[in-house]
Amino acid sequence: MTPIELRRKTLFTLLGWAVALLLSFPLLWMVLTSFKSEAAAIARVPHLFFHPTLESFRVVQEQSNYLRFAWNSIVVSLGSTLLALLFAIPSAYTMAFSPTRRTRGTLLWMLSTKMMPSVGVLVPIYLIFRDTGLLDTRTGLLVVDAVGNLPIVIWMLYTFFKEVPREVLEAGRMDGAGPVREIYNLLLPLSLPGIVSTSLLATILAWNEAFWSLTLTAAKAAPLTAFIASFSSPQGLFYAKLSAASTMAIAPILVLGWVSQRQLVRGLTFGAVK
Amino acid sequence: MTQHQPVLSGDQIATRPRGRLLLNVPAISVLFLWSIVPLCMTLWFSFRRYNLMEPTRTGFDGWGNYRYLLSDPGLGLAIWNTIFLLASILLITIGLGTLLAILFDQDFFGRGIARVLVLSPFFVMPTVSALLWKNMILHPENGLLAFLMRSVGLKPVDWFAVAPLTSIIVIVSWQWLPFAFLTLLTAVQSLDEERKEAARMDGAGAIAMFRYIIWPHLGRAVAATTMIETIFLLGIFAEIYVTSAGGPGFASTNLSFLIYRYVLMEYDIGGAAVAGLVAVLLANLLAFFLMRSFARNLDA
Amino acid sequence: MATIELRQIRKSFGESEILRGIDLTIRDQELTVFVGPSGCGKSTLLRLIAGLEDSTAGDLLLDGQRINHVNPARRGLALVFQTYALYPHMSVADNMSFNLKLAGVPKEERERKVAEAARILNLEALLQRKPKELSGGQRQRVAIGRAIVRNPKVFLFDEPLSNLDASLRVRMRVELTRLHRQLRATTIYVTHDQVEAMTMADRIVVLQAGSVEQIGTPMELYRQPKNIFVAGFIGSPRMNFLSATLQQNTSSGTMIAFPDGATLHVPLISKSAQAGEKVTLGLRPEHAYLAENSVLAAKVQTVEHLGPESYLHLLSRYGEAMTVRVNGETTTKVDADISVGFDPGSLHLFDKSGLAFESPSMLTTGTGVSN
Repeated sequence: MTPIELRRKTLFTLLGWAVALLLSFPLLWMVLTSFKSEAAAIARVPHLFFHPTLESFRVVQEQSNYLRFAWNSIVVSLGSTLLALLFAIPSAYTMAFSPTRRTRGTLLWMLSTKMMPSVGVLVPIYLIFRDTGLLDTRTGLLVVDAVGNLPIVIWMLYTFFKEVPREVLEAGRMDGAGPVREIYNLLLPLSLPGIVSTSLLATILAWNEAFWSLTLTAAKAAPLTAFIASFSSPQGLFYAKLSAASTMAIAPILVLGWVSQRQLVRGLTFGAVK
Repeated sequence: MTQHQPVLSGDQIATRPRGRLLLNVPAISVLFLWSIVPLCMTLWFSFRRYNLMEPTRTGFDGWGNYRYLLSDPGLGLAIWNTIFLLASILLITIGLGTLLAILFDQDFFGRGIARVLVLSPFFVMPTVSALLWKNMILHPENGLLAFLMRSVGLKPVDWFAVAPLTSIIVIVSWQWLPFAFLTLLTAVQSLDEERKEAARMDGAGAIAMFRYIIWPHLGRAVAATTMIETIFLLGIFAEIYVTSAGGPGFASTNLSFLIYRYVLMEYDIGGAAVAGLVAVLLANLLAFFLMRSFARNLDA
Repeated sequence: MATIELRQIRKSFGESEILRGIDLTIRDQELTVFVGPSGCGKSTLLRLIAGLEDSTAGDLLLDGQRINHVNPARRGLALVFQTYALYPHMSVADNMSFNLKLAGVPKEERERKVAEAARILNLEALLQRKPKELSGGQRQRVAIGRAIVRNPKVFLFDEPLSNLDASLRVRMRVELTRLHRQLRATTIYVTHDQVEAMTMADRIVVLQAGSVEQIGTPMELYRQPKNIFVAGFIGSPRMNFLSATLQQNTSSGTMIAFPDGATLHVPLISKSAQAGEKVTLGLRPEHAYLAENSVLAAKVQTVEHLGPESYLHLLSRYGEAMTVRVNGETTTKVDADISVGFDPGSLHLFDKSGLAFESPSMLTTGTGVSN
């Protein structure tokens, strides 16, 4: 490396890291705070160095039963992902391999249902849920999340399926595979990476979904998004505990997100950007 | 890469659909029910007198709910806030995202880890990021910004009282900047190195390079980002719910939150239904234009 | 034993008609080649026989039974795809036995059949490999093996050699011909390459724009093309075409005139062509030679030395391009003025709609090429 190149690289290193630290600062600060004592957390002059303690994590679990909310989040996000896949796989398979003149319109229509703001249907869904006993149940939230994510899941699978050579499925058909065999023995193994990243994204979206969990659940079925929101009330202003709870709420999904960052772009832009 | 598969081209249209088309029925039915049944119910409620607090007062109300909503000073503001939020966030995320993408296209030490740091906010649930900003950054007493302002001798500001909408824009932009950044970075990196070299041979400097080579190449990424962000941000809710609760007054109430106010604060289902219809109308209007340009981009 | 019969098969994709009424019989044990330029409908026709496409109209018969709506797997046909379409996540052995597995054939029998096909195709050492660990030629053989294992009534090949490099293609061509002789199974082979068609086929079907132009053995097509399209498509280099005017029909042939008035008697006749009509004279490069004095004077534009032979690319004095095959050691130079000789018996003549004139003896004895 020539001196000029090195200088250039050093400059970009400084700039890049400055931006990265600035943007992630709120998160880093939050994680740092979660290890502080309550007193250190609200000190008028913020401490950068302190005695780390796990006190807040312990208190959050004991006082508000963090694990129960986490369990709700896990059940709802994984369940809704599975349910969405169940509907999306046959649909995406049909549109990718037996396209008709209407397929394009169907795909765009599906996406446009996602554009319909959730509030537009809040009242009816709320009333239907109230009358069918689905209010504040994991099943109810799971179903709503699954339907909400369905258009995105279909689109993502569609773009991944399009990359499976059509001839391989046709060869399967010549070998006597019906649609179920074709999907199960050929399509799923061949598009496994795509299905995994679709599932990851659907899980992330369901885990972070806030509107329906805030409006349709209460004490019983509330997932972590709703649990955290309860800290916004004045008595909840214990910074260390808030930070500890938040850290615990986002940690699992943050890891999933980092793992899937590359496929995420392809998936969320429906293959328009690779 | 630069060439893309069109959604459909003529020779791919198969003609053995029959049985296989049935596999699309479950998904289509679910989405159809999901989009039509509640909409019809909303339409029905919008003409009814229906308040959960007054269960005895029911019946047909004609245009009553509509007149009531249209006289609500919050409605116009809510529509404006909805659009303003969306437009500002799109502008900020795509603008800064492009700059960041170009920065991270350069080789530097520890780039991979720095990129992970930049991406992180996207995976944070909306309630967490809203609370984080509200309490630890923007809080007039204990927030870091207050500390910084005090240490340079300024008087700390209660951001959610003074500039509630701007504060929310900052929070949501912070969450969605990573997505725009990552999409644009992927697009920038897919730009053919030889095309850049050819431009350099033609005498293009840094600015001309961006203006004539990089920016046109980003068109699809920008369209896709706009599309996705619009889908998710037209109905921003949690960030408002947790921070400003729509206030002060209606200053940070968007359509989503207005409807929420009607339903769960005033228990006025009829009024909420009308507001819901307005939201649907707005969304469809936007969807119409976005879908058209997105579909075109997908084919290009 | 298997014959396939197509009656008035039509196929449309929306507005565009890909196949315009195909009548065709594929004879038992023969290797029939569908050949034609890209977009002529040959692959669609094959996929239709395979059952991967539905015909818009017409009947498809296998051994006399209508199979238009029979599931592809139940037709007893095997298709080798252009891209091979191997299952990338399965081993070679699993690729070859997938069909038997779906059909519920016991494991021992599957293994026996795979082993036998592997022996025929020399694949024994590769049975446990995955497709991505194979070379192009090996993949090709696995795709064929997958077909053999099924013991089909008819083998279908969709441009199977087009993804191989030139030398491998020649080798596989010979191997496929040998395989066909060994198995004696009815085979349909689609290609755009007329050399493959000529070298491999028992019978060739020339297709253009969704219609059958001519059906016949390779040599029939070469000697008696029914029209100008087949004449130009079969044979390499391409047949030379020269425009002329019909001057007079005689009992033994036809008198034609070149633009400058020079006349030529061609021993071919047509029942429909009238005097004064524009006609096209056809002469294959390999049937032409350098002569002392001929109606066809020309100037040499380029000389291509291929070793055993040379091609002279000429511009005739009527301004038309021509090619003549000459001795490999030719000393003819560019810009030389030459004269092209030919045996009148080797000439072809086409009327204004491109239909070939026939030899008078054929008309009287009625032993024309039938389809």
